[in-house]
Amino acid sequence: MKNAADRAIITVVGKDTVGIIARVCTYLSENQVNVLDISQTIVSGFFNMMMIVDMNGAKVAFADCQKGLDAIGEEIGVSIKCQREEIFEMMHRI
Amino acid sequence: MINIWEVNETNNMVEHDNLDVRTITIGISLLECIDSNLEKLNENIYSRITAVAKDLASVGEKIEREYGIPIVNKRIAVTPIALVGGAACHSPEDFVTIAQTMDRAAKKVGANLIGGYSALVSKGMTKADEMLIQSIPTALCATERVCSSVNLASTKTGINMDAVKLMGEILLQLATQSKDRDSVDCMKLVVFCNAPDDNPFMAGAFHGITEADAIINVGVSGPGVVKAALEKVRGENLEVLCETIKKTAFKVTRVGQTVAREASRLLGIPFGIVDLSLAPTPAVGDSVADILCEIGLEYAGAPGTTAALAMLNDQVKKGGVMASSYVGGLSGAFIPVSEDQGMIDAVQAGAITLEKLEAMTCVCSVGLDMIAIPGDTKATTISGIIADEMALGMVNQKTTAARLIPVIGKGVGDTVEFGGLFGYAPIMPVNRFSCDDFINRGGRIPAPIHSFKN
Repeated sequence: MKNAADRAIITVVGKDTVGIIARVCTYLSENQVNVLDISQTIVSGFFNMMMIVDMNGAKVAFADCQKGLDAIGEEIGVSIKCQREEIFEMMHRI
Repeated sequence: MINIWEVNETNNMVEHDNLDVRTITIGISLLECIDSNLEKLNENIYSRITAVAKDLASVGEKIEREYGIPIVNKRIAVTPIALVGGAACHSPEDFVTIAQTMDRAAKKVGANLIGGYSALVSKGMTKADEMLIQSIPTALCATERVCSSVNLASTKTGINMDAVKLMGEILLQLATQSKDRDSVDCMKLVVFCNAPDDNPFMAGAFHGITEADAIINVGVSGPGVVKAALEKVRGENLEVLCETIKKTAFKVTRVGQTVAREASRLLGIPFGIVDLSLAPTPAVGDSVADILCEIGLEYAGAPGTTAALAMLNDQVKKGGVMASSYVGGLSGAFIPVSEDQGMIDAVQAGAITLEKLEAMTCVCSVGLDMIAIPGDTKATTISGIIADEMALGMVNQKTTAARLIPVIGKGVGDTVEFGGLFGYAPIMPVNRFSCDDFINRGGRIPAPIHSFKN
């Protein structure tokens, strides 16, 4: 198992449109960020996706990855967040 | 692995329910700065604070960004200045120079507030303690970010009534000196019984003498999160209610624990405690009073309020203790008036009085907090209110405090605006009957019988 500290959660929330996952995944693969898990659902008409990614070996720093995803989000009109996984693990697991 | 619902729950807490880390507070010991030369002492204090806390703001921002959890305040707490300045200060004016140094240092490192302009006088006052207390009005008016606290009583020592009397007078002086600004400087001063050494919250934070050279303490928030969780169990019985509060407190505290550990790692300073307090803000929905209403009261202050608050406070602790390896500070529910919209509404509706607030302080953390009273209240009356609050803490072996704001030139029916996180407050009526002869007796109230446990 890779170091848990390198894992991040990416969430995408917004109006559904063609190619959201493709855009995000392209950015991640260009930057050597490995996707471990994807789940997706529609909540009250809104596209809602969560990815667990491994940033060990990523070509970009955490903060730069956040900025890159922000820019994509703005471009396609969705909100994209990238947060360290630890905060969710701590809150939801004893 | 974490699932999408859990991720959404966390992010909703931040986006809709005002979940945040209220403060990362670095405690810094200034004992090594002591010098008998005042200029040298000030120099030492400035360089010590700016060296230890130099990365405070940037680390706070980094954690905020990476975890997506807002960190509202970055603060500093130092060793009580009466101890640090005793050798160098020969007048209250000398002490004021230290307050100015603290203010400069806090601004330099980007700390929102700096606490520790304090004296611990629960049994008696040294010359230095007395001079520091005398200097408080000038020191707080001459600075922006400095906070002051005085510990007047403890279960082990009883109540120092000479100091209680003095603080009534000092508070009025402070109010008068800042009367052109609605006496707002009074909100930077708090008096305590059983003051904790590791409290990260202002105005009462100081770095106790039982602490190490430097330490990270974190205060969480989360009344909005508890309120939102309780909305989902409306009409359920108390067992369900308590379980919900505990689970929510666990989650909120875990955020604090994670942030504290990370801040400690990045700053290279040991982790001290997480303070489990539910700290409200004037933002709509971020209110402890609203939780009480959700539990089933029309307004905070209605009959049943003390019982509901006792239960809330206890469940917060039970959930929180499980979530963090070290808890401390004040840990409980705060019930400030001005910083809590639901509490302000209760005052304006006539649902809550000073006396009911006093009763509520028996069962939750801290005490009479951010309460605006008429500016023509007598010093002895203020001392009487303080003495009552100290007695509650002393006998119940808990921390209690009083942060009262006598607003010069205003009376009941007027409102005072503090700004930002501090909110606004309607001025509350005070019992007008005299306690002059009691306060003027002087001396101290002996420690209660149950303090003799040896």
